[in-house]
Amino acid sequence: MSAGTADTMAPESPLERTTRMMRRKHLAIFGVPLLILAYLTYLVFSFEVPRLLAEADAENARILAGDMVSYKTHVTRDNGSGAVEIAIEGSRSGLYPEGESPAWVESQGGDVTLVELGGGHVVELIGQNRLRYDIPGYGVVAATASRSGGVEASFPDGPLPDWINAASNRVAITTEAGRVNITRARTEVMRYFPGWELFFFTLDSPYHGLSPLEIGARAVNGEAWAIWQDVWLNDRWRHNEVAWALVETLLMAFLGTAGAAMIALPVAFLAARNFAPLGPVRQVVRRLFDFLRGVDGLIWTVILSRAYGPGPLTGALAIMFTDTGTFGKLFSESLENVDEKQIEGVRSTGAGPVARARHSVLPQLVPVYLSQILYMLESNTRSATIIGAITGGGIGLLLTQAIITQKDWELVTYYIVLVVLMVFAMDSFSGWLRRKLIKGA
Amino acid sequence: MTDAASTSALRPGVTDAYLAMVSTRRLWTTTGILIYVLLFFGGFWIANDRNAGGFWRGLPQIFDFPADVVSEAAENAARLPGLLLEYFPSLIETVNIAAGATLIGGILGAFASLLVTRGLAPAPWAIAPLRRLLDLLRAVPEIVVALILIFLLGGGPVPALIAIALHTIGSLGKLFSEVAESAPLDPVEGLRSVGATWAQRMAFGIVPQVGPNWLSYALLRFEINIRASAILGFVGAGGIGYDLRNTMSFGLGMFDEAAAIFMLLFLTIVIVDQGGSMIRNKLTRGRT
Repeated sequence: MSAGTADTMAPESPLERTTRMMRRKHLAIFGVPLLILAYLTYLVFSFEVPRLLAEADAENARILAGDMVSYKTHVTRDNGSGAVEIAIEGSRSGLYPEGESPAWVESQGGDVTLVELGGGHVVELIGQNRLRYDIPGYGVVAATASRSGGVEASFPDGPLPDWINAASNRVAITTEAGRVNITRARTEVMRYFPGWELFFFTLDSPYHGLSPLEIGARAVNGEAWAIWQDVWLNDRWRHNEVAWALVETLLMAFLGTAGAAMIALPVAFLAARNFAPLGPVRQVVRRLFDFLRGVDGLIWTVILSRAYGPGPLTGALAIMFTDTGTFGKLFSESLENVDEKQIEGVRSTGAGPVARARHSVLPQLVPVYLSQILYMLESNTRSATIIGAITGGGIGLLLTQAIITQKDWELVTYYIVLVVLMVFAMDSFSGWLRRKLIKGA
Repeated sequence: MTDAASTSALRPGVTDAYLAMVSTRRLWTTTGILIYVLLFFGGFWIANDRNAGGFWRGLPQIFDFPADVVSEAAENAARLPGLLLEYFPSLIETVNIAAGATLIGGILGAFASLLVTRGLAPAPWAIAPLRRLLDLLRAVPEIVVALILIFLLGGGPVPALIAIALHTIGSLGKLFSEVAESAPLDPVEGLRSVGATWAQRMAFGIVPQVGPNWLSYALLRFEINIRASAILGFVGAGGIGYDLRNTMSFGLGMFDEAAAIFMLLFLTIVIVDQGGSMIRNKLTRGRT
């Protein structure tokens, strides 16, 4: 025995031990990165990344990036009647009244409308169904659209560049200045402008196009309410609905977190070893908490939206179910770590279990609990956005709707900015509250 | 007795001041609780009002759907093992999304954390902007990034992976940096004195000290990311969440499949939770 020990111990000189440890370290240093690399390679192929990259549409990225910070104005001619309409983003609320037009669209006599796209690009809408587009550095494209003949277009000599897409009944031209779409029914010319259009006032508002100074002056003269109404009820940006959506999201987070904390607070006593003498009860309560946590927020959301339909209450309850489990676990763990001396002190005055909990346990735990609850509130503000997207409530719903339509990227950007601001605001609010309450306690 | 009486007689101001303090505190506590109760019930009323189904009307219906699922699953109990097998690959995809995102986010987050820790950062002027960047990464909900990437790249697991990885960089970067901040700098000083580069100082002076804690945080993040990955599947990013949405939208008749998915998801979360907390306990307690 002693010989054996000596056998294994004796050769293990410090040098050899170090060598052995270094060898193990080397193995770890080279082995772990290799393993990670192998796993990531497996992921690349299992997720078909090469195919994805090959099929990714760069055009989508361009549209997205452009639309986020710019808007386009459509000049649309009906190829049957020859009537020309000018509308921001092609929407009803951005329609220019009959006879009015921006400076870059000029109606010349004899049914010719001149559209200047900037940078020397000029599109002429001639008559009911003809178009002439002078593209600098390329040449003149002329097209005639009709119900019977489709779209007949003539291009400068040579192969068609890839920014022109021509078929028998459709021609699409995309240049750096704008876009032209010709179909049998209508001809559409679009020009891009930087910024978010109609953010405050839509075109049908009397305040559109006024300078901030003028609006300020009018507000002082008793029109403040009317101005506010026009901004608040702006039917393109829907500020009132967006504000409600933010309130709903915050409500979900608040109600879910607060409700869960209120339920978990008393029940956690039943799961703590030093407060629940009955083993089986403790086990049952603990497994209940585990179950609530283990059935993920996603599953609770799906189950609850069957019973309650879309709305903030569903989201609040889903958060509440999951977080009751989380809080129950956290609370009962801190209960088990509570300082027994204070309980002894209160017990010596003849206090019953409830009084002991109130006067010796809670004062110790309130700061810990508050801090845990506030952290959860922060993280639930984000969860509420996601749950809202699934159940249909709050800013999450607006966001998913705007993304799914795949065209109003400026709305998407607006909502994202609002969500980020909301999360930041919630973070600093809960940080402030935490400092206030815990210092006071 | 006489002693106590004489003390309070000598210093009557103390008792009064104490009682006054107690009563202001009680006042504050009561006001706080009142505001809270008002907010809670007011908020509940608003939420209830704006919801499609009311709270009390829906309450008995909460268990209708689970009952449907359970009864259909019980009817077709024989199919259940087969269904579990059928959806197992989707589960693997969900877990892979979470694991890949945690791995990539953890590695990038570790670099980021060293760049934003005072005393370790090679470029102190970059600390503040990089911290704001991490805050931003944390603040954007994963679903936003995922949906935009789905538009750019098409559906599938990669948008979800990138979205979760970005969020992970933000949250692990912050947590890692908090750990690194409290690490003793002596090894770094020693390495600097022999002319080690910044990368060498970090790799041999800091990472070995913070490794167990970092790993523990990364494991916790992995647990969170599995849930996130299931949720993102529900909005079209592949994995088991996607299957769940399909079976749900099909409705009655496929609830046994929904039951199989619920079971897989529940078991995975419980296993990862329990396993994770076991390893974390070892990592953080085994050292001290």
